[in-house]
Amino acid sequence: MAELTQEDVLKLAQLARLELTDSEVDEFRAELSEILQYVEHLSSVDVSGLEPTHQLTGLTNVTREDEVRDYGYAVADLLKNVPDVKDNQIKAKRMLG
Amino acid sequence: MSSWLPLADIAAKVQAGELRAVDLVEQSLKSINDQKDYDAIIALTAERARARAKDVDARVAKGEKIGRLAGVPFIAKDNFLVFGADTTAASNILKGFEAPYQATAIAKLEAEGAICVAKANLDAFAHGASTENSDFFTTKNAHDKTRVPGGSSGGSATAVALDMAAFALGTDTGGSIRQPASFSGVVGYKPTYGLVSRSGVVAMASSTDVIGPLTRGVADAALVIDVMAGRDDLDGTTIDRQKDYTDLADSLKGKKVGVIKEYMSEGLSAGVKQNIETAIEKLRKAGAEITEVSLPSIGMALAVYYIICPAEVSSNLGRYDGQRYGYSDPDAKDLEASYKQSRGKGFGKEAKRRIMIGTYVLSSGYYDAYYKQAQTVRTKLINEFAAAFKKVDFLVGPVAPTTAFKIGANTADPLQMYLCDIMTAAVNIVGNPSISLPAGTSEGLPVGLQLMAPSKADHQLLSLAKQAEELLV
Repeated sequence: MAELTQEDVLKLAQLARLELTDSEVDEFRAELSEILQYVEHLSSVDVSGLEPTHQLTGLTNVTREDEVRDYGYAVADLLKNVPDVKDNQIKAKRMLG
Repeated sequence: MSSWLPLADIAAKVQAGELRAVDLVEQSLKSINDQKDYDAIIALTAERARARAKDVDARVAKGEKIGRLAGVPFIAKDNFLVFGADTTAASNILKGFEAPYQATAIAKLEAEGAICVAKANLDAFAHGASTENSDFFTTKNAHDKTRVPGGSSGGSATAVALDMAAFALGTDTGGSIRQPASFSGVVGYKPTYGLVSRSGVVAMASSTDVIGPLTRGVADAALVIDVMAGRDDLDGTTIDRQKDYTDLADSLKGKKVGVIKEYMSEGLSAGVKQNIETAIEKLRKAGAEITEVSLPSIGMALAVYYIICPAEVSSNLGRYDGQRYGYSDPDAKDLEASYKQSRGKGFGKEAKRRIMIGTYVLSSGYYDAYYKQAQTVRTKLINEFAAAFKKVDFLVGPVAPTTAFKIGANTADPLQMYLCDIMTAAVNIVGNPSISLPAGTSEGLPVGLQLMAPSKADHQLLSLAKQAEELLV
């Protein structure tokens, strides 16, 4: 039975790159434990001889020619939602503090 | 009586010059404005809509052929990329996001002359069953303002129920079109997975997300599907379409309809049960062969869904990193801090909850027990549906175990909110088409009848639904 600790929650938050407040850590510990206990019912289902299904269409290798297509988008339009732009490129924060 | 004619009639009258697109757009904008207190709408696309309407009328005057939705005003759920207003998915993290291109579905509707007038409220990123997870506000039920409209396409459902436009678009990942349609007394159609391109729609759980219409009638839903369906180079998961979804002439005589046994037993409220049984009796009297069908693992569908969905959500929401678009915390000192702070402050509670669950079930040491097991039970469900559809042509049951609940009734307990999807999530997991049809009211609140068909049998399902609709009104 999944009963998450505060440490588990903090580890998940780090993996998901989410900064949580102390009260969120407490709330999520209780709520996620309850939700995980619910979905754990699945472990009782007999799935012997069955393979997992990862997609539903049955389509495989949907390809197209590797060629440039003009969709009529202006570079400025495609960059207008970017928080920080320099020389038409996305400027990220520095990696090392 | 609705203030809107069937969509095909509106388009014919606009084409004939008997109705003007500019007047239809003003009628829609006025209706939205007069019913602001329902909080169905996040933003208007009024300026663009008025310009497009003028253009439609001018082209009609010149004798040009406009299209099958000439001048028809509609409302898009705010997770569709549409020009003319921000696309927020009702989330703070996407506040101020301007679509650089339009969703394929919107482009196809516009090519037939339809005009988007507004963006409808939803649970943020479509995570919810009531619109209470919207980062902005909660939409009210069209029939009782103290109740939820259902969700996540709750804004679209209230908008259609209150005649704010001729139709609306929604998305359905675990029930998000059908459940609000049921709670709001309108038609909600979830097509076969892959039938309608999702290019330009904010991704939630990519292996079950579909888009579809909320309408006043089945013929309207069929026309909108007919316009949107088919392969799209911009969405590699799209499938081939059937020829025509709008020819709905059919008969119920001899159609084998299986009542899902598990949906009619425990947990179903007495009022809903009575309406569903009455509806099924009407189908029987009209000549349908009604039998009871058991899908033994269907009770596990929701648990499957609440592993697969958050797993895919955690992956799809990875793109909101504070660098490329969306909210970016100005106080972050380096890249890692920018990721964490932008996401921590930008996402609402439910998005965070799902990212955390998804991260857990996909993490090393838990993957086999949760994610792989869920995907394998999914195979079992697919097999059970396939076996059922060898015996019957269609399946029938309720959409939800209750009618619309009170605002606030389920907000304290996230698991309770998840249970709202208990009768809708199974078809998303297996990919089949499904429709919610109005089937009367219980204590003044709408009840929805759910019909399901084999994968890719959308035309057959819409034809059956058209016959059923005429019996149920």
